[in-house]
Amino acid sequence: MMSHPTNHDSGVSLRVRGLRKSFNGEEVLRGVDFDVKPGEVFVIMGPSGSGKSVLLKHLIGLETPDAGEIFINGESIQTPEIAAKYRMALVFQSGALLNSLTVGENVGLYLSEHRLKPPEEIQRIVTEKLEDVGLKDTAEKMPNELSGGMKKRVAIARALIIEPQLILYDEPTSELDPLSAIVIGEEILRLKERIHVTSLVVSHDRDLAFGVADRIAVINEGRILTIGTPDEVKRFNDPLVQDFLHADFKREPQPK
Amino acid sequence: MFESIGEIVLLFWRTLLALPLAWRQRQKVFDQFFEIGNASLLMVCVLSFFIGAVIALQTGPVLVDRSLASAVGGIVGIALAKELAPVMMAILIAGRIGSAMAAEIGSMRVYQEIDALRTMNINPIHYLVLPRLVAIALALPMLVVFAILVGWFGGAVVAEANNHIAIPFQAFYSDLRDIVAVKDVINGVFKSFCFALIIGVVSCHQGLTTIGGPRGIGRSVTKAVVNSIVLIVIFDYFLTRILLK
Repeated sequence: MMSHPTNHDSGVSLRVRGLRKSFNGEEVLRGVDFDVKPGEVFVIMGPSGSGKSVLLKHLIGLETPDAGEIFINGESIQTPEIAAKYRMALVFQSGALLNSLTVGENVGLYLSEHRLKPPEEIQRIVTEKLEDVGLKDTAEKMPNELSGGMKKRVAIARALIIEPQLILYDEPTSELDPLSAIVIGEEILRLKERIHVTSLVVSHDRDLAFGVADRIAVINEGRILTIGTPDEVKRFNDPLVQDFLHADFKREPQPK
Repeated sequence: MFESIGEIVLLFWRTLLALPLAWRQRQKVFDQFFEIGNASLLMVCVLSFFIGAVIALQTGPVLVDRSLASAVGGIVGIALAKELAPVMMAILIAGRIGSAMAAEIGSMRVYQEIDALRTMNINPIHYLVLPRLVAIALALPMLVVFAILVGWFGGAVVAEANNHIAIPFQAFYSDLRDIVAVKDVINGVFKSFCFALIIGVVSCHQGLTTIGGPRGIGRSVTKAVVNSIVLIVIFDYFLTRILLK
């Protein structure tokens, strides 16, 4: 899934063609096609159960498609050798930090397990990455001592340690309060500006999507309904898309 | 069921192939080894003392009544070394350590920690299964040696203290030495090594295949313990057949 970090280069392009996946006879992805440009923040929006997370798992290699292909910089990543050429990281919805390790050990796990750097060097890089996400002095803490937002930022720091060319975010603002969600959104934009990484975000958070996206795809029942800039998507004349974008809680007026 | 057996065999084979990496994972092996010893030593001690004691209590009066007092030490010694210490300690470890392994790996699976390892190109077999399997394969035979010694002591205490048996300590151990050979102890230790592999691989497999939330973890823990115990008893019969030859 990734080669070891060498030097920073800008993000990669991503092309997905005809991706299909079924679980127990139920089709979750029904021929998904889209392109992401290098350095772009591409958001895939859709309601729960629309296939967003399954799509991400295919991109990072945790699932194998029934049909279709994924290309990075024009090369199909179906063969592990090709996939290993590119550095991809996934920020999980839950953070997926290893609870038995400290924050610092979590962040440096990739480097220490593959013995890519000496321990002192790993410690220095870990401190640097934690500072990058605004979590200085947390290296010795355990994951259960952190808030939900902090866990996600640690997960981002863990992703950054491989110096990724493509970062995938799975519902990065779920279970977060609005202020923490803004911090995560700002972090995504800051990484785009600073390291020009290609970012693919799946979310059903409309504020995040319209706040960070260069382009947005709306997915429903395993099919992409539309792809465009935030303004184009807002104007897209499809009842499903409009319902999703404008769905709001309405309180019945209280009888006097 | 056959699919699960196939998966367990495959997991065991893959872990064996990863054995050359065990030295690299020595810190994790040591942590697991310490965890197993720390969690089980006291229980092993209590359990084996009373197993030895109860064998002496059950067999002692019957043998003494038939003028076979000199056989008590040997019976306690053989029963513990060849059968009871390996099997009972394996069952204890399956409940105490196998369940913990299945629960820990199962919760890592449910909460996507194993997926996170995979995205970092870290093989869960190397990172999670190998250290646990090596640690339990080292720890259980050592615990069994300890259990045999404590069990013999338990038998000796009851043989001397019980008025109906009244065999002195020295006579008990002398009879035991006459009947029990080093080979008998080695047989028991070898059995426990095989049982350790069963517990390790079955528990790790259950953890790695956990699905669902907390209920799924609970189901995996139960299956890990029950399957381990069933396999221990079945393998015990076949190992005994082989070792008796």
